[in-house]
Amino acid sequence: MSEFGIPTNGFSRRRFLELGFGAAAASALAACGGGKSADEAATGTSGGDKKFTGGYDGPEVTLSYWNGFTGGDGPFMKQMVADFMTEFPKVKVTSNTVEWAQYYQRMPAAVTAGKGPDVGVMHLDQLATNAVRKTIVPVDSLGEAIGLSEDDFTPEVWQAGFFQDKRYGIPLDVHSLGMYYNTDQFEQAGISEAPTDEASLTAALDKLKSSGNDQPFWMPNRWPAHLMFLSLLWQNGGEPYDGESSTATFDSDAGVQALTWMVDVVNKGYSPKNVAQDSQYIAFKNSKVSVTWDGIWQINDLKAAKLPYALAPVPKIGSTAAVWANSHNFYITNQASEDDNKFQAAQVFIDWMSKKSADWAQAGMVPARKSVRESAGVADTTQAPIAAQIAEMKFLPPIPGLGDVQAQTLEIAVADAVLGKTAPADALKDAAGKASKLMEANKAKFGA
Amino acid sequence: MTTAADRAAAGDATRIDEVALGEPAKPARLEGTGVKASTGVAYLFLAPYLLLFFAFVIAPAVYGFWISLHDYDYTLPGRPFVGIDNYVKLVDPDSVIFDNFWSGMKATGIFVLFSVPLLLVVPLIVALVMNSKFPGRNFFRALYFAPYVLGVAVVAVLWRFLLDTNIGLVNQYMGKIGLPDATAWLTDTPAAWVALVGVTVWWTLGFNAVIYLAGLQDIPAELYEAAKVDGANKWQSFRNVTLPGLRPVLAFVTMVTIIASANMFGQSYLMTRGAPGTETRTAIYFIADTGLRNFQMGDAAAMSYVLTVVLMLLSVGVFWLFRERKA
Repeated sequence: MSEFGIPTNGFSRRRFLELGFGAAAASALAACGGGKSADEAATGTSGGDKKFTGGYDGPEVTLSYWNGFTGGDGPFMKQMVADFMTEFPKVKVTSNTVEWAQYYQRMPAAVTAGKGPDVGVMHLDQLATNAVRKTIVPVDSLGEAIGLSEDDFTPEVWQAGFFQDKRYGIPLDVHSLGMYYNTDQFEQAGISEAPTDEASLTAALDKLKSSGNDQPFWMPNRWPAHLMFLSLLWQNGGEPYDGESSTATFDSDAGVQALTWMVDVVNKGYSPKNVAQDSQYIAFKNSKVSVTWDGIWQINDLKAAKLPYALAPVPKIGSTAAVWANSHNFYITNQASEDDNKFQAAQVFIDWMSKKSADWAQAGMVPARKSVRESAGVADTTQAPIAAQIAEMKFLPPIPGLGDVQAQTLEIAVADAVLGKTAPADALKDAAGKASKLMEANKAKFGA
Repeated sequence: MTTAADRAAAGDATRIDEVALGEPAKPARLEGTGVKASTGVAYLFLAPYLLLFFAFVIAPAVYGFWISLHDYDYTLPGRPFVGIDNYVKLVDPDSVIFDNFWSGMKATGIFVLFSVPLLLVVPLIVALVMNSKFPGRNFFRALYFAPYVLGVAVVAVLWRFLLDTNIGLVNQYMGKIGLPDATAWLTDTPAAWVALVGVTVWWTLGFNAVIYLAGLQDIPAELYEAAKVDGANKWQSFRNVTLPGLRPVLAFVTMVTIIASANMFGQSYLMTRGAPGTETRTAIYFIADTGLRNFQMGDAAAMSYVLTVVLMLLSVGVFWLFRERKA
């Protein structure tokens, strides 16, 4: 289901206990930490006296590590953490896994209370928001110390990690939207290749229709509808937001075209009306739908469902190839940077994880590092066609508070249009106006 | 939503009411000896509760009011005092928050308007049936109460799949018996309201029914016998014996139901996500989004206070409606 799906298993008692113990351990350790300020740490004074060697030789240390890998990706992350601890017995990593939707509510609260993680993973588009809230600290020095450079990443993902000229995250992977299709149904309809543009997609949908799949491509109104919209907007040459002037620009012609195309999928009968949240994905999983666009992180879930499916890049509907993408990034909090040993251990941890990201590819992601991405292990994965498309991936700009603005405006406009409540142009115009107001207010509030 | 604990606590209050009602002559006994001393003892007994009440209700309420006067984001170092600005924004049609808040209040209003009457009447009917003698009575009592035991997440996810427009069981069966099979229960109004109210009634009617049942069992059988002797039919004895006997229970149930319905959040958060657009996004939903997701605690606190004041006025209205009328 959706990455921000329903928190059915939200905050179980076990997780609560884990969090409690993790937090208690973390605060106990923090109490014996050195007295370095965040700024000292940020400028690299802390830990700077010890040269980074890739190894850890200090006393035993516990790192509190927070992530949101609750889905099919969870077991892989657990395994990687276990492997890390085997290799570095002096570093104990206590994981706290919280569903992403709640993660971004809980993490800042825990950090403010001094009971947050030392090191963790968050999405690229959340870095700016958390940077401005000072829940995370810059990692420029860490990036340099472990020898990361732009050459090893695509410029898009590398640049999107900067906020106010400082780097806040070390990319672990990139994950984009992809097009899943049912290979059995494609075969029956006589389609031999995955559609790559509007013409071939329409042709494929028509063939599917005439071979008994009446409604082959269900158009969601919620997740991942806004990601589909953003992809199409970028394909049409538009930009959703302008960070410089704090305005939302998704109501441009590019945006209206994008949303109109989505609404037309319903109007032309490829999709039923009123597709409720997640039902397009559930229907795809049950072979009721032939084509669906969703995140590549669903791979393991579909594998488990034993569905005959394949994954292809999102077709080029507009004038240029582009697709919405996001990236999991490692961050460090104040808590870790105040303690030399923790800071050292955190660096070792991030460096090790980043190098091992080929293992992480098994979780359905595309490793962010070029050197890893081009290794043999990744070429054999289901998401290899997506990995090849990395240069076309587009990331949301680093604007603090953007996630909430988008949830209240763009997502609702897309939903309203897809449900046939409002015309695309009107829905977008109204939402963009509101979004600009909210961005303006955020700018004043964050002073960014 | 009101938690079971809240309701249970409130339930205790009714029982006390009923006792008081049954023996109206009680206060007279206090006259004469040691009123002062017994007041002291009374406070002593009240102390543990008062302590908790102050720590967990009064203090947070005052703190919340203080927050509502600030531009309060706890992750930021600066939390400037803004006076009543947060409240002014709620009545200023040009502010960003105005539309969202009042559409939330409207959604809450609609939900209360349709769910409360159903939650007062349906459980009463269920309680009347459960109060009569028939085989398997305890089984049915348990059956009606069972859904209430479930958490909102379980209920909402269950019904979300059952009510899905295209792959849901409900539409499937409706189609089978010749009814419309494409009702958008989750993405269109008024169908979404029917779904939200229906699910809530199914989920919580057991609680109100149990309270009613307790009230029914407290009505002395002699009154019914007397009514019978006077030649009253079933309806007349319901109208003149059952309803007056249930008055204190009714007042309590009405109040608790209004508050619980006004606090509706989980159902629309999980089932409709506020769809279509923000039509089913209730006030509490928007307050939670503002305060917990966007960390605008000041705005969220101000909105909570406005909602609280509205609920307090409603409660006063209910009290007045159910007051003891002198003939």
